[in-house]
Amino acid sequence: MTTVASILHVLLALVLAPLLLGIVNRTKAKFAGRRGQPLLQAYYDLAKLFRKGAVYSRTTTWVFRAGPTVGLSAVIVALAIVPLGGLPGLGAFSGDVILLAYVLGLMRFMTVLAALDTGSSFEGMGASREVQFSLLAEPALLLALAALAVCAKSLSLSDIYGLLYAGEPAHVAPAAVMVAAVLLMVLLAENARIPVDDPNTHLELTMIHEVMVLDHGGVDLGFIQYGASLKLWVFSALLVGVALPLRTGQPILDLLLGVGGVFAVAVLVGVIESTMARLRLVRVPQMLVVANVLAIIAILWALR
Amino acid sequence: MQILPEMLVMLLLLTDLRLLSSSRIAACIQTVVLQAILLACMTLAASWGHLTLEVMGVVLSTVLVKGLLLPWLLRRATREAGVSREVQPFVGFTASVLIGGLLLGLCFVISRPLQQAAPAGSAVLLIPGAMFTILTGLFIIVSRRNALTQVLGYLAMENGVYAFGASLAVEEPMLVEMGILLDMFVAVFVMGIVIYHINREFDHIETDRLSVLKD
Repeated sequence: MTTVASILHVLLALVLAPLLLGIVNRTKAKFAGRRGQPLLQAYYDLAKLFRKGAVYSRTTTWVFRAGPTVGLSAVIVALAIVPLGGLPGLGAFSGDVILLAYVLGLMRFMTVLAALDTGSSFEGMGASREVQFSLLAEPALLLALAALAVCAKSLSLSDIYGLLYAGEPAHVAPAAVMVAAVLLMVLLAENARIPVDDPNTHLELTMIHEVMVLDHGGVDLGFIQYGASLKLWVFSALLVGVALPLRTGQPILDLLLGVGGVFAVAVLVGVIESTMARLRLVRVPQMLVVANVLAIIAILWALR
Repeated sequence: MQILPEMLVMLLLLTDLRLLSSSRIAACIQTVVLQAILLACMTLAASWGHLTLEVMGVVLSTVLVKGLLLPWLLRRATREAGVSREVQPFVGFTASVLIGGLLLGLCFVISRPLQQAAPAGSAVLLIPGAMFTILTGLFIIVSRRNALTQVLGYLAMENGVYAFGASLAVEEPMLVEMGILLDMFVAVFVMGIVIYHINREFDHIETDRLSVLKD
């Protein structure tokens, strides 16, 4: 039954992930008093992109073509090992904490390589920024997961999330609050959401992620956008498992709760985007350093 | 292990981090006020079952002095000095937060032997948290240029001392606490006046530039 629910989670994520972007946009539209784009806009965009052919510049090599494909497959692997609430991931094994971080790292690495491969100085600048910020976001993610691993005394992501709230809540709650805050900050940074990067700006000197995908088109761009929504799903699932301490024991019920939680995270991202201004570029590292220190507090608390 | 005291100390740690990372003086004043209120809550939570009039008196005077009177003085000093933010501290804000993380680790290590002395039932984090607050205050005093921010560091340090006392001395002598409170009030009062006068004489309150003054 649990396996069926885990398979269902991966399938649901593959189908519903673009809807997250719709929810974020709808929340922002509500805050601004607009009607907003259709909830399924991301699906229309993807359908349009998948019908198109791709155009490649003559300066690019196979690296540029491989980038989106490798990125999408990497994030699908991440999706297969990430647990949703108390529900174990499909391909869970001991040590998959590390794999998760590195698979996401591989995705970014390929995006960066593809951006550098175009030979455009603008994309090189975006790539440099992306790497600079991930230099701080990645340790924060690893430290946060390490704090949870210490709390649950396990190295498998699914065991960690399953066992986290099994004991007395007072033993994990302070660490869990910190880790949830860290994961939220990392989610915003890694998915290029507002306090770090504005997904709506194009061709601005302050943008980070959007710069790197300027030269992609057609199916490749579709892969990248679909991969981005799956990445948002992966991080939301990580956050929901910590922030929502509900473990019913019924796999299907857990699944529904988890999916509801992921949508709630999307609404939260929309609220943050509507109420906050983007940080100045020099302030972003400070936010990520704070995330690191919070994760260190959580680890120290767990190790006390 | 109870959940409320631990959470309160966690919040105290977060206020320390905000103090380290914020450049706006108004935000720092607000943070110190928040610390005072957290300390009052911690005292209340620690003596919840056996609440005496003396404890109530200490808590109330703490909130009144540290939560209302001192911020009012500091805000007035800020307004009169016409400064709203710390510009170019000796140690940058990102670096301050990083150093804060290191200091916190240090606090956890050196507070290990003290944990045995802590009364049973107090929060596990309380001693390292109190030490971290003291060290944060000290660090702010040495790493900031602006006299007002240094006063805030002094206040954070005092908050740490209070938390430390609350963690170790269960039957806290009220007289000592009141004495500290009075001292602190006078100190901040005097510093407020001094800052006002320095500002009027020299048009700035950056302490590093005072050292080159000659008569």
